[in-house]
Amino acid sequence: MALLAGLQVIASRSPIHSAIGLVTSFLAIAGLYVLLHAEFVAAVQVLVYAGGIMVLFLFVILLVNLRERSVRRPRPRTILQAATGLLAIGAMLVVVRRGHWADVQPGAVTDAGGGNLEAVGAALFTDALLPFEIASLLLLVAMVAAIVLARDLRREEG
Amino acid sequence: MPVPPGHVLVLSLLLFGVGILGVLTRRNAIIILMSIELMMNAANLNLIAFSRQHQHLVGQVFGVFTIAVAAGEVTVGLAIVLALYRHFDSIKVDDVRLMKE
Repeated sequence: MALLAGLQVIASRSPIHSAIGLVTSFLAIAGLYVLLHAEFVAAVQVLVYAGGIMVLFLFVILLVNLRERSVRRPRPRTILQAATGLLAIGAMLVVVRRGHWADVQPGAVTDAGGGNLEAVGAALFTDALLPFEIASLLLLVAMVAAIVLARDLRREEG
Repeated sequence: MPVPPGHVLVLSLLLFGVGILGVLTRRNAIIILMSIELMMNAANLNLIAFSRQHQHLVGQVFGVFTIAVAAGEVTVGLAIVLALYRHFDSIKVDDVRLMKE
């Protein structure tokens, strides 16, 4: 399901359809997180990706893409690029297949008592406090950078 | 329902491959950004799968940080796309060749 949606992202011609495929893929991955007992990450995934990032994408698509002409001439370079990508996928597949994943069986859930959300929150604010603050600083810097970059300089000067 | 970690790894690998194909073959800057998001998701899926397999919570915490970094990255990326569109009237990456000339 996530894979099909991901294929739609790169295969569809209109960016809006790609965005729909992307949000489907995100939601499918969030469901997979729930199956992997990572409920907190699943919730964050739905909120941040399927909420925030998708709205951002749609805004930019609507701002930018109004008069997009859809000419698509076949180029020989595309085949070369696709071949490169498929080669990379094959290499990674070989690596994954040769690993011994079957040795370690998924055991019982150790954090079943306190709940996943509580455990992740405790780890986030004790062990990972410094990365947490750094991440917040990073988000602030990204916000300022986005505002500075997206400002319309010509309109301000004129 | 237990999910075998090997299957999750294969799925994440295929998602990553789809992202690579998207970055390499598409010329629309927005779709390239979306493919990068797909690859980030694949990496995140690996983190969560290994966190589950080793019964260790650090993987999940790291996944949350990855999501935050991805949010910042896509913000700046989309701002750059907007600036490109204002400057070149196009978001095809083939049209942007200032460094070549």
